[in-house]
Amino acid sequence: MSIDAPDFPIRAELPETPKKVEEQDERFIEVKDYSFFYGKKQVLSNLSFDIPERQVTAFIGPSGCGKSTLLRSFNRLNELVENSWQTGDIRIQGESIFSKNLDVISLRRRAGMIFQKSNPFPKTVYENVVYGLKVAGIRKKAVLDEIVERSLKGAALWDEVKDYLHENAHSLSGGQQQRLCIARVIATEPQILLLDEPCSALDPIATGKIEELIHELKKRFTVLIVTHNMQQAARVSDRTAFFYEGKLVEYRNTEDIFLNPMNPRTEAYVSGRFG
Amino acid sequence: MSGVSDFIARPRTIGETWVWLTGMGLVAALVMIIGLFGFICYRGVIVFWPTTIVELELSQEAQERFGLPEKIAGRYLGESPRVAWPSTVDEMRPGGGLPEKKYFIGNEESYGSRFGAFTSDEVVARTKPLNLLVAERLEFGEAFLYPVEIKLSNGGAISADSPDFLTLFREELNQINQRRKAIQRLEKVQIGQISWRIEKLRTEERGIRRKGEPVSSSDAARLERIEEELSGLENRYRVFALEARSLRELQGASHLVYRLPHGELDEISLDKVNRVYAPNRLNLWQKVRLYVESLHLFLTESPRESNTAGGIFPAIFGTFVMTVLMSAAVLPFGVIAALYLHEYARQGPLVRLVRISVLNLAGVPSIVFGVFGLGFFVYFIGGGIDSLFFSERLPTATFGTGGIFWASLTLALMTVPVVIVATEEALAAVPAGLREASYACGASKWQTTVRVLIPGSLPGILTGLILAMARGAGEVAPLMLVGVVKLAPSLPINLVPPFIHLDRKFMHLGFHIYDLGFQSPNAEAALPMVFASTVLLILLVVVLNIGAILLRNHLRRKYTTDTF
Repeated sequence: MSIDAPDFPIRAELPETPKKVEEQDERFIEVKDYSFFYGKKQVLSNLSFDIPERQVTAFIGPSGCGKSTLLRSFNRLNELVENSWQTGDIRIQGESIFSKNLDVISLRRRAGMIFQKSNPFPKTVYENVVYGLKVAGIRKKAVLDEIVERSLKGAALWDEVKDYLHENAHSLSGGQQQRLCIARVIATEPQILLLDEPCSALDPIATGKIEELIHELKKRFTVLIVTHNMQQAARVSDRTAFFYEGKLVEYRNTEDIFLNPMNPRTEAYVSGRFG
Repeated sequence: MSGVSDFIARPRTIGETWVWLTGMGLVAALVMIIGLFGFICYRGVIVFWPTTIVELELSQEAQERFGLPEKIAGRYLGESPRVAWPSTVDEMRPGGGLPEKKYFIGNEESYGSRFGAFTSDEVVARTKPLNLLVAERLEFGEAFLYPVEIKLSNGGAISADSPDFLTLFREELNQINQRRKAIQRLEKVQIGQISWRIEKLRTEERGIRRKGEPVSSSDAARLERIEEELSGLENRYRVFALEARSLRELQGASHLVYRLPHGELDEISLDKVNRVYAPNRLNLWQKVRLYVESLHLFLTESPRESNTAGGIFPAIFGTFVMTVLMSAAVLPFGVIAALYLHEYARQGPLVRLVRISVLNLAGVPSIVFGVFGLGFFVYFIGGGIDSLFFSERLPTATFGTGGIFWASLTLALMTVPVVIVATEEALAAVPAGLREASYACGASKWQTTVRVLIPGSLPGILTGLILAMARGAGEVAPLMLVGVVKLAPSLPINLVPPFIHLDRKFMHLGFHIYDLGFQSPNAEAALPMVFASTVLLILLVVVLNIGAILLRNHLRRKYTTDTF
């Protein structure tokens, strides 16, 4: 399927700082000695690594290794769990996301999230896409219409749903729903996309579409993806981080980690001997 | 060894036998529900079916025994053995233990009783005379009579022998009934509006005078204007009153001369007759029409004769308005409380305690809520409102006495736990994914609540409301303390300004049933009305519930979250 490559000549009145288009910041996100706890249970221990701008970074590792928890730390969604706490720091463009000055709502607009199970609201397709804009206080119909079209094109969904914009989103197929969730997130023009196993509930064709989409998305967004699927990590990501029991075992270019793993555990995992 | 293998081989599971018990429990419950509902419906529905009226010739002993004339007419009601308790110390009641047939004999003012029950020995002959008429009267119930003639207001007469007597009779009656309605409208609406205005001006006048001397110039001017307006209103009132009186005089002009079965002649003003029909001459189609007409009158008219006759419209309307008001009060109150409990309050021992208290509130006997409503809403808040806003009217209480508003609030308080519990469950059932999606889109907690949680839990909330309505609409005990009355002179919503009278006392179907069946001096005559009212109350609750269920299903379709 061909993706209607979106061009973005117009920037809507969004409360976003314009991205630098040319240079890539190698230390766009810095994770510094970050540990995370649910009550007394430590889920992540002393992680330190940097994530480059506008690349796809995959988090892999066996179930329960904490990769989803880490992903949910970037938009502080873990805070919804009672009794959770963390030490260390995560910085985006040098600014700590745990800083008292930072508004968690603006953080979540900068770091949009797509979940394992697609979760469109039980509203129309249109209402789903504009949700983030409406809660941000954007009301102008013309602006909303334009962003809906742009976002749906950006999520490679426009051609399929343009005639059904006012139908309930739950009438879409599973893959379409997941792409709708992506459209909903990119509508607010985030800098970072957090993808939490976005294809685990989809069939191979829908998965293929999403993966193609990720290639497009990384031109504009910094993409972090959690996946259980080694091939998927190899196909879509530029860098891969392997986690085991809350620790970062290996973090290198994807090619290197799959072809030439340094750590025996990484090798065992990527070759499918455990996990 | 063999015993064990036998046991294992036997194709039944231990405990299967209990399935029988559960099935039987269900059957027993269904039989009770269907039996009760069927019985009530049957008895309620046949009330208005026109049955034949028989003329009975009583034996000499029976005439003496019951103090009845030789011939009476009656509607057969049923048969049961005569109770043989001694009528005096040493004399048993004659015919004790024998089956007796019970009749509604009408003509209460002539016979002294509306019912008679006779054994077969006591009845000499039974006939079904064709020209017998049933006259529904506005006083003393039905009369069974033979018409002689109608004396018209213009001095003319219509003889009962003329072939179209009944048609002419009906036309005349129709005219009189129309006129009666016109008089009622005149008195209730036109004169009511004038009295309302007069009352308002008088109250204002009293308020100004209460300020005491000296009267300021602006007040004096106002008083003068009030005086002027009052005299204008009184003139208009006199015009309407005159009109009403002249109409009334016309009403009493025509009479029906009739003969009772035993031959006694009598006459009755047509103004006192509601309807007539010849029960023994009706074919099935006419009976159906009469039935529908009776049902219609029952649903749309006001009660007569201490509620044993006429319609029950005010009670239906009162129940409906009260239930709607209660729902309007309980829904926001319960939802807001549940939102705080479930979404905002820090979960801990205190919230648990609050939750348990709310649950227990649902188990408090309703009469306790009635007492609370009387003390808190009526005396405390109502009294407070009166002394603040209606002090000119004191000592006549406006809100400081029972009324439909306080009754609705009392019931809302009683049913709020149901709504809270249902709402909390519905909130918990909103998929966590939607909540997270909303937060991840940058929505605040309040935005998430308003845009995702409340729409998502609306079907559950409405289920709670349905349960609350089902409980509230049928509740009687607390209402007796906070505003329900046996007979309300006017409806809580009508054409007299300010149109919505929330301070008014009202009638309620549940209380109507209680009052008719168990407080009426004429319980026997009221029995059919009790059944009819009960069917109606059940129907009203069912209709309200179906309305809420349809709304819920609509919302469920709209806000459904299916899992693929």
